[in-house]
Amino acid sequence: MNYLEFEKPLAEIEGKAEELRALGRANKEMDVEKEAAALDKKADALLKDLYKDLSPWRKCLVARHPDRPHCKDYIDGLFTEFTPLAGDRNFADDHAVMGGLARFNDQAVVVIGHEKGSDTKTRIERNFGMARPEGYRKAIRLMDLADRFGLPVVTLIDTPGAYPGKGAEERGQSEAIAQSTAKCLAIGVPLISVVIGEGGSGGAVAFATANRIAMLEHSIYSVISPEGCASILWKDAEKMREAAEALRLTAQDLQKLGVIDRIIKEPMGGAQRGPKETVEAVGKAIETMLKELSGKKPEALVKDRRQKFLDMGSKGLAA
Amino acid sequence: MNWISNYVRPKINSLFSRREVPENLWTKCPECGTMLFHRELADNLNVCTNCDHHMAISPRARFTALFDTGIFTEVKVPEPITDPLHFRDQKRYPERLKAAQKATGEKEAMLVAEGEIGRTPVVAAAQDFAFMAGSMGMYVGNALIAAAERAVKLKRPLIVFSAAGGARMQEGILSLMQMPRTTVAVQMVKDAGLPYIVVLTHPTTGGVTASYAMLGDVQIAEPNALICFAGPRVIEQTIREKLPEGFQRAEYLLDHGMLDRVTHRKQLRDELIVIIRMLMNQPPAVKGDLPPPGSPSSEAAEAKA
Ligand SMILES: [Zn+2]
Repeated sequence: MNYLEFEKPLAEIEGKAEELRALGRANKEMDVEKEAAALDKKADALLKDLYKDLSPWRKCLVARHPDRPHCKDYIDGLFTEFTPLAGDRNFADDHAVMGGLARFNDQAVVVIGHEKGSDTKTRIERNFGMARPEGYRKAIRLMDLADRFGLPVVTLIDTPGAYPGKGAEERGQSEAIAQSTAKCLAIGVPLISVVIGEGGSGGAVAFATANRIAMLEHSIYSVISPEGCASILWKDAEKMREAAEALRLTAQDLQKLGVIDRIIKEPMGGAQRGPKETVEAVGKAIETMLKELSGKKPEALVKDRRQKFLDMGSKGLAA
Repeated sequence: MNWISNYVRPKINSLFSRREVPENLWTKCPECGTMLFHRELADNLNVCTNCDHHMAISPRARFTALFDTGIFTEVKVPEPITDPLHFRDQKRYPERLKAAQKATGEKEAMLVAEGEIGRTPVVAAAQDFAFMAGSMGMYVGNALIAAAERAVKLKRPLIVFSAAGGARMQEGILSLMQMPRTTVAVQMVKDAGLPYIVVLTHPTTGGVTASYAMLGDVQIAEPNALICFAGPRVIEQTIREKLPEGFQRAEYLLDHGMLDRVTHRKQLRDELIVIIRMLMNQPPAVKGDLPPPGSPSSEAAEAKA
């Protein structure tokens, strides 16, 4: 278990309980269970207390938690016959973006998502979920495929942002993102998005311009990282807590602003404490959202999607 | 060239307003250091007469130079709610807005207008880098949507002059949502079969580049304009190497296939007229002095050409 900075007191209690039990296993005559159970209870209460009102900055940390289920976990857990389709037919295959054909409850769909990787090796392979133009162009190709064969598209959003690299810029990072967003707005099939971790700026918008958008309870979606915002507006990257607060990047605020449609509850202590439950909850939400859109004509889907974004932001937070 | 404005007026100015001495009348070119007289600079569309460096130009000045006889009508932009997030950094957002309004004399970071260029009716929108770095928030999104709707209604091409440091952070997620919103605006124009021309000016970066500024039927940039998604400093910090000379500048993008043309500001108007008239299936524009629009002789001249 990886503990976050603010979970340190919890780590101590849970650590103690574990130590006690290890001691008990080594010395059969010692009765540790009563004391350990008391520690468990204390840990539970503390966990509830820590998570009952997470600050926006703490939500950022939870959203980036390394043990949180990633795109691959959702694809493995929720889809069958996943058949990855690779490449942008132009330059390369971007491993930061997973995508392909799959079945969701037996229905054929196209699934696309950012994958961050789960250990050092896969993180490097996946470029920490930061896509290059090839990733967006692969997504464009897959959305076209879905459109041609009438398959719904499910996108899973989890990226710190598009990769700020030399080659990425030379090959048209901006153009690729712009075209991917434009493609989202043009396809005549249901398009639904779930922000599962970090929704990082334009790199997220490129996949998340959908008919229905859901966010996990502790995921974030923002125009800029709190650190980036702090260094620009506060001239001090250490002011990320203030920036996280001001940016209104939590699922709860985004729902109030009318930017997202639903929030998917996470297990107590965040998705990292119950990956299986989280994956299942996301599956339920996908099912509901797909149902809401089923039977709609292509033109209606495009029109609804465009209108959704045209209307967005007209009310502000007060509403 | 106007004798009165070029010679007499400055003289009078210098006689009468001693408080407005050099710093207001002269601008130092940031590229070559030449001191440029303000009127000469304005006549040259804020391009250095010595080294051709393109300085920022306000949307109003640009439109005055762009539209025939400097006449254009502003297109009304629906007002968004101010400060939707109640954003506060070291200053409150409404204070920053007020300061920008005072400094520029404009309401927000984009101006939309309709009029004729070379007797070709168009709708144009220009972003104002002087207004909070031209950043894209709800107002800029509304401006582009208004421009697109107007272009569709009047069946005219839409020309957009971009200039932006990126998204308006003070509007948080709502500024990010301007990427899809402005993309819908572009699609309205394209679906109506009308040309959408983008002129990228220095600098165009971030979410603006990654939405409407890169979706033009024709992509033109002003010389040496910085055009990018991630800025050069962020990239240098990420990859820890020095970037090549001219990286992310207009000419570099042209070489890498990301633009159609790089065009000097003084040639831009003529070029836009030529391109738009071809895309709109109109005969070539009549060059030279034109009779006033709508007069019978002007119709005849156009018909002949
Ligand atoms: Zn110069």
